[in-house]
Amino acid sequence: MNAMSDDKGVVLTEAQKKSRKRRSLAIALVLAFLCVLFYVVTIVKLGPNVMKKGDVPAITVVS
Amino acid sequence: MSLVSEERSVRADQLSGFAGVEDYWALLKPRVMSLVVFTGLVGIVRAPGDIHPVIGFVALLCIAIGAGAAGALNMWWDADIDARMDRTRGRPIPAGRVEPGEAMVYGLFLSVASVLMLGLLVGVLAGALLAFTIFFYAVVYSMWLKRATPQNIVIGGAAGALPPVIGWAAVTGNVSLEPLLLFALIFIWTPPHFWALALLKKRDYERAGVPMLPNVAGDDETRRQIWLYSLLLAPLGAAPFALGMTGWLYGAISIVLGVLFLVFAWQVYRKREGDAAERAAKHLFAYSILYLFLLFAVLLVEGMAR
Repeated sequence: MNAMSDDKGVVLTEAQKKSRKRRSLAIALVLAFLCVLFYVVTIVKLGPNVMKKGDVPAITVVS
Repeated sequence: MSLVSEERSVRADQLSGFAGVEDYWALLKPRVMSLVVFTGLVGIVRAPGDIHPVIGFVALLCIAIGAGAAGALNMWWDADIDARMDRTRGRPIPAGRVEPGEAMVYGLFLSVASVLMLGLLVGVLAGALLAFTIFFYAVVYSMWLKRATPQNIVIGGAAGALPPVIGWAAVTGNVSLEPLLLFALIFIWTPPHFWALALLKKRDYERAGVPMLPNVAGDDETRRQIWLYSLLLAPLGAAPFALGMTGWLYGAISIVLGVLFLVFAWQVYRKREGDAAERAAKHLFAYSILYLFLLFAVLLVEGMAR
């Protein structure tokens, strides 16, 4: 048993719970931002041609 | 039972490891970070060639995160010093809100992440320069120099001077004379800026055992060194114009600002006793921030107008 626990486990104050919630929210927001950023950077790196449709070369059958 | 729980809850409240988001933000030294972002942006804007705005944003973000990471590592290493100085004892680690180990892992993780992101998404040279900057600030300055020599901030100033070079390298993939001149400008600006503060916070540094120049060589020698560095800085500030890298606007403003810098530094050199001496140091410290900000602001404006 450490200094922060009793029979019910770790006991957090309301302020600590609020602080933990805010930290979790901040981490979630940073991760979401990074997902968007990496997606946009990938599109930018691939260039404008990645958005074009219908440019697939026709398949010719050689007999 | 409830009494025990309550008592333990109170103790838990006093323990570290329950920091708020703002504490992790404070570990990044946001004020230093803003200056780094600003000078890095000037490097990006001044560099010849184009960079996609998104990639430019990523470069700036990485420079900011890297600078913040170095700040967190510095706060981890210097927590004992910070606890002894009025100016810094409210920081998250000495105040007990963040565990030292947490700050170290946080700083290391952000260092690696920012360097990898910059190297892979923007350019290898920029990433390598950022890695060197973080290493220089966290290891060379914080661990080796700060407690060992009064030349700590002179040599350590190289870390703060590199962001415009990183910005330039992010666009061009190389380094040329202009970014090196911007590097030299910040490098030579750093000693008079920090020594003006050191004159004001001499007792703080003495208590913490940091060998700043006023504590080791005395106030008079510090004033002399401030004056000598200012004599170097004023012409260096105008050098980009003299070498044909900027327009007349920068030329005129850099000369006026340089002369004013010399005036403030001369006041520090001359006034050595009492309130007048303290006021002169305060004025030079405040003006030095304005000086660097205005010079880089003009460089930014001229760069955007091209």
